[in-house]
Amino acid sequence: MTTTQLPSRRPAAPAPGGTTPAAARRKRPGRLREQLSGWGMIAPAAVLLLAFVFLPAILGFGLAFTNARLISPRPVEFVGMDNFARLFTDPTFWRALLNVSYFAVVVVPVQSGLALAMALLINKKFRGVNFFRTVYFLPVVTSMVVVSLLWLFMYRKDGLINELLSTFSFGLIQGADWLNDPATAMPAIIALSIWQAAGFHMIIWLAGLQSISGELYEAAQLDGASRWHQFRYVTWPGLKHTRSLVLVTITIQALGLFDQVSVMTQGGPLDSTTTIIYEAVRSGFKQQETSYASAISLVFFVLVLLISAVQRYLTREKD
Amino acid sequence: MKNVLRLNSIGAMAVRILFAAVAAFPIVFMLVSSLKPDQQIFGDMSSVAAFLPIGNISLDNYAAVFDRVPAARFLINSVGISAVTVVLGIFINSLCAFALSRMQVRGKRVVFTAILATLIVPFQTLALPLVWWVNQLPYFELNGFSLEISKGWLDTYQVQIIPFIANAFSIYLYHQYFESIPKELDEAARIDGAGWFKIYRQVVMPLAGPATATVAILTFLPAWNSYLWPLMVVQSEELRPVMIGIQYFFQLNVSWGEVMAYASLITVPVVVLFIAFQRSFINSIASSGVKG
Repeated sequence: MTTTQLPSRRPAAPAPGGTTPAAARRKRPGRLREQLSGWGMIAPAAVLLLAFVFLPAILGFGLAFTNARLISPRPVEFVGMDNFARLFTDPTFWRALLNVSYFAVVVVPVQSGLALAMALLINKKFRGVNFFRTVYFLPVVTSMVVVSLLWLFMYRKDGLINELLSTFSFGLIQGADWLNDPATAMPAIIALSIWQAAGFHMIIWLAGLQSISGELYEAAQLDGASRWHQFRYVTWPGLKHTRSLVLVTITIQALGLFDQVSVMTQGGPLDSTTTIIYEAVRSGFKQQETSYASAISLVFFVLVLLISAVQRYLTREKD
Repeated sequence: MKNVLRLNSIGAMAVRILFAAVAAFPIVFMLVSSLKPDQQIFGDMSSVAAFLPIGNISLDNYAAVFDRVPAARFLINSVGISAVTVVLGIFINSLCAFALSRMQVRGKRVVFTAILATLIVPFQTLALPLVWWVNQLPYFELNGFSLEISKGWLDTYQVQIIPFIANAFSIYLYHQYFESIPKELDEAARIDGAGWFKIYRQVVMPLAGPATATVAILTFLPAWNSYLWPLMVVQSEELRPVMIGIQYFFQLNVSWGEVMAYASLITVPVVVLFIAFQRSFINSIASSGVKG
């Protein structure tokens, strides 16, 4: 694979609309043809997104206000807010919301922090840097389903995690039955989720780190800045945009917790690991209540939108 | 001062190795356990032997996997589904990004914004109405010389492919990358009489290698790893992808050696592919600037 030098030759940002003198001089027939072939090139992707993202989204929105079931002899009827009334009085839903909040509150800071630490460790070139980058990224290329299965095995009472804990504490720590205890099931899922996904956000941090000019560090060194001061006054401000990107993507990913729960605990024990998406899938498929599941999905969507908006507001540029 | 620096770099290397050990140990454990009989897996657990291929090593678990699951069929299905999704995805998304980035098309800003808006919709929330919707879609089949039209995409290959071809993140990545390629190249090619498609194919795409590598990996991973969707829409065994095979191991008594063998079998191809592309992949994400 040839790597081109193009990114470093990035030209000055083109004017909005990209009008160059040459384009302005072009004759009308050429412009019409450009319009047509342009739309022809956009169309395949646009039509597919319309058909498989926008349409089901609108459909789901509509279904939430009906009594539709996956297979039902009765005609679909409009039932107004019934599904939402039922949802907001369902203790399992509130439990799911609580669980997901718990998950997000731990995962967002810990995972982004660890990912940043990993990125800093492999930012500079040194012998073996590619080895470490690859190893740190390995969990990300492993499917979450396989990861869940693997950790399901490791979390057994006689499993690898407890054996490791006992070995490294010289027998002091007697491990728990992680996934079968309501107190430890969610922390166990949190640990494996961070293990699997930190590598992905490491790459995003790395992208941010690489965009900070090396000259800034040289200048800081000349001024006698310590490592910590270099981080505090050069690296951290330089990562402003990356920070909000990492924050938003980890939060959305955390709120959508599903695969791990589906493979490892099915929401149990005692609903201690159930999540909003897990409840939606459970009522949608196991109980075939399409409309109720759509209502849950809609609430989830609004939640994601609200939280992203709040985060965008809090991390906005203050100038 | 010099000693402090050396101490620092030894410390940094120690931390690096610690992180690497944490990242790698479950995967090493999985690979090693797949070669051992169940009894030995549990026996080795309390010592470093859990991570070493020693003792009674064989490929018996793998043989058993092929007896229990139509693993070859599942692998072929997943390879096919992922390959078609990746190839069509690269073509369609790059074409769209090309027009949005480099051509003057009225309304393209609105289109681009709408495309980016799809990024905030998690797939799980779409899955349900999507099942209902794909079951309404017409299905054309060429049977001998007559074209047959039937309704419903459930239980087919295309239901596992077509909904996942167009992808907003791929379009975004290509768009970012195309913006960094000088537009003067297009002008020069146009003066030489090249059409837009020719510019796309012969000028811009050959320069977009790293973006293509990234899009290929980011399309391949979810296609290979898909679990929830095929669980919902595919019933026939001969159409199932690899992840569904996991269910076959939890009927009656679980043999963990076989589970680990199957998990390795469906993970190793991805890891090999990733290592082959990793340099251009990580570099291109790092430079294409997922800069928000």
